[in-house]
Amino acid sequence: MSGEASKTIESKVLWGGKVSPFSISYGKMMMWIFLVSDALTFGGLLVALGFARHAAVTAGEFWPSSEQVFTHFPFTHAHLPLLYVAFMTFILIISSVTMVLAVEAGHRMDKKKVAFWLALTVVGGLIFLGSQVWEWSTFIAGPDGDITTWADNATLKQNFFLPTGEMVDGAAKLGQEGPHAYAMFFFFITGFHGFHVFTGVLFNFIILMNVLGGTYEKRGHYEMVEKVGLYWHFIDLVWVFVFTFYYLV
Amino acid sequence: MERDDIIEYSLHAHHSAEEGVKIRKKIYFVTALLSIITIVEVVVGVFISRSANEFANPGLWTSIKIGYIALTLIKAGYIVLVFMHLGEERKHFKWMILAPYIMFLLYLIFIALYEAVAVGHGMTL
Repeated sequence: MSGEASKTIESKVLWGGKVSPFSISYGKMMMWIFLVSDALTFGGLLVALGFARHAAVTAGEFWPSSEQVFTHFPFTHAHLPLLYVAFMTFILIISSVTMVLAVEAGHRMDKKKVAFWLALTVVGGLIFLGSQVWEWSTFIAGPDGDITTWADNATLKQNFFLPTGEMVDGAAKLGQEGPHAYAMFFFFITGFHGFHVFTGVLFNFIILMNVLGGTYEKRGHYEMVEKVGLYWHFIDLVWVFVFTFYYLV
Repeated sequence: MERDDIIEYSLHAHHSAEEGVKIRKKIYFVTALLSIITIVEVVVGVFISRSANEFANPGLWTSIKIGYIALTLIKAGYIVLVFMHLGEERKHFKWMILAPYIMFLLYLIFIALYEAVAVGHGMTL
């Protein structure tokens, strides 16, 4: 016999069936399988967006240039395409880094550092959620935040146009709405992702409480931090694709 | 009474302080790489925007689009293999996670976009 079966593995790391498939712990493998299923959901949503867009473009309909749709930044009325989304992307990447540093500290059983990096991850997640709230409210109510002017001030209507006031394909007049599918996909995809961020922050917070309470110190390893870390990195991973396929391409 | 049928186990859950220094170095390298790629994407997006180039310079825009997707896949690769440690798992586990997903999604992208073009042609008739 060769491979795993012939190796001696410490009995306390074996699964219930007294083997340890792929030399990976049960919880981590199940988290990976969950993430694959979640990735299929997000993949399906982004492919559906591609379907709607390709069908519309082939039919000669207008599809908005995303970088011209959201051009706002807090505390200014300047025309700043992409900058705010770039800021959100950066926040998510940095919070992913603090998470991986928390996992690394966990491998050294450094409780203080784990708590420090995990707390920063929670803060990063909250900043991202707050940024998304601001983006959504600006989208819905317009840059001045006056929700009563929904009908004529909604950014999703106004900013379908180029800075020069001309349509990309010359099909529409000023003030005409773009395809509704665009706005629906925007709120559905970023909303679904935002919900994941929300639950991710929640998980991270619960695990942070456990770290501070010494649960994993007693258990002898910080694998729970690694498992919620997988989920958190997955959220960052999804955003990388949403950023590309919604704002850039 | 303490139950002994629930095993709290973990594999490869520890490393020494020296190994930690090396791992952190790799983390900082990937951080810098991801940040630089994002900055490049945003700068290109602002200065060579889709709205100004999609119809004016279709050739340039197509190559930028392919560039964006390539950069995104590089970013995704580093996140999955380094941050999520999939690169350090067993080779068979890595492919058990990646291969079915990639195969299914490549087919889904192909068939959805192919059909979208057909549907779009139908809409004009």
